[in-house]
Amino acid sequence: MSSTPSDDTETVHSDDDPAVASVRPEAGMADPSEAERVTPDLDDEETATMRVFRYDPDVPERAEPHYDEFVIPTHEGMTVLDALIYARDTYDSSLTFRHSCQQAVCGSDALFVQGAQRLACRTQLSALGDPIQIDPLPHKPVEKDLVVDMSDFYDQMEAIEPYFDPDETPADDLEEQRQSPENREKIKLSTRCIQCGACQSSCNVAAGDNEYLGPAAINKAYRFVMDEREGAERRKTRLEIVEDEHGVWRCQTQFSCTDVCPKDIPLTEHIQALKREGVKDDLKFWE
Amino acid sequence: MSASYDRGTIEDLGRWREFSAGMWAWLFHKVTGWILIGYLFTHIAVLSTAMSGESVYNETLGGLEGLLLVRFLEVGLLAVAVFHILNGVRLLLVDLGVGLDRQAAAFYVALVVTGLIAIASVPTFLAGVTL
Repeated sequence: MSSTPSDDTETVHSDDDPAVASVRPEAGMADPSEAERVTPDLDDEETATMRVFRYDPDVPERAEPHYDEFVIPTHEGMTVLDALIYARDTYDSSLTFRHSCQQAVCGSDALFVQGAQRLACRTQLSALGDPIQIDPLPHKPVEKDLVVDMSDFYDQMEAIEPYFDPDETPADDLEEQRQSPENREKIKLSTRCIQCGACQSSCNVAAGDNEYLGPAAINKAYRFVMDEREGAERRKTRLEIVEDEHGVWRCQTQFSCTDVCPKDIPLTEHIQALKREGVKDDLKFWE
Repeated sequence: MSASYDRGTIEDLGRWREFSAGMWAWLFHKVTGWILIGYLFTHIAVLSTAMSGESVYNETLGGLEGLLLVRFLEVGLLAVAVFHILNGVRLLLVDLGVGLDRQAAAFYVALVVTGLIAIASVPTFLAGVTL
């Protein structure tokens, strides 16, 4: 057992695997100095068991990757992130994971929950079986517990130059740079990306090629290529970026990215659209 | 800086627990493609026996057709070819941006049609060819 339960918990080791243990609070053992915190009597509660990936290279006894199990009292509307926070606050303060807004906007808590990339803050415990297995995002080096190294992801996002770059800007800085409603509608879904990295993590091609731009970056490129306010020259350079050796043509249309995107962005569709734009652009050899 | 842990390919296989039509379609398309390439060379090798004369060619074909295993493999070859063609059409439509929201259904349809055609071909192939 690598996790360190707080004083008011008991540790139950599994007979099958001594490396895996369950922790649950003991009834009536709450810290009296924390009157508001009522440690539940789990015999009378609905519970869920979380099987959480653990790894800490800085602590010798935790440097070997393993799983810890946490028994969590559940309630209606409880999310995976709620459960992880409960486990961290109640059982093991060393349990490490990223989270921030808790409302599916920041994208920091994308995890591999029950065999799929999901945002922990919007995944209901009730929608999952038991035990709930929680791993870090696949295809990325693990830094500690559920925290992965996102460097490649951010490098690819940066590679497509993700900033609005129109040909002309209004003389008045306060004047809006308007686009047509139709054009806005065309790029609307692509602007939803919260850069959680779930799509890139689900992509087999990205797993085998760290330089592959990946669905999120290509989607971001789509957002600008399709924006009518950017000029022809900028569009051309953007298409050159996505048509790079590690660009759109690497996509194998597995639809994994589209399947896992928590914001329902049709990523594969956008990648295919950029392929078509690239072909059309290349066919205009007389220009 | 702390070391990071690279889980590698084997551990990542855990993600295959959830069935994804697009993933399986991709996998089947690759596998059937390689099988068809392999068959192409076998096919050329068998046909090339014609260069040694009519009787050698007939004996080779007759000998192969006489094997029950070969006749079963022919059913499999038909299934492989049919799936590859149908999924190829599906991919073409995906490339053109047509019916992307029905790509999973298209994969299942390709599987069902492949199965039906393969089953329907069994009597013909197992009966063999009379030379």
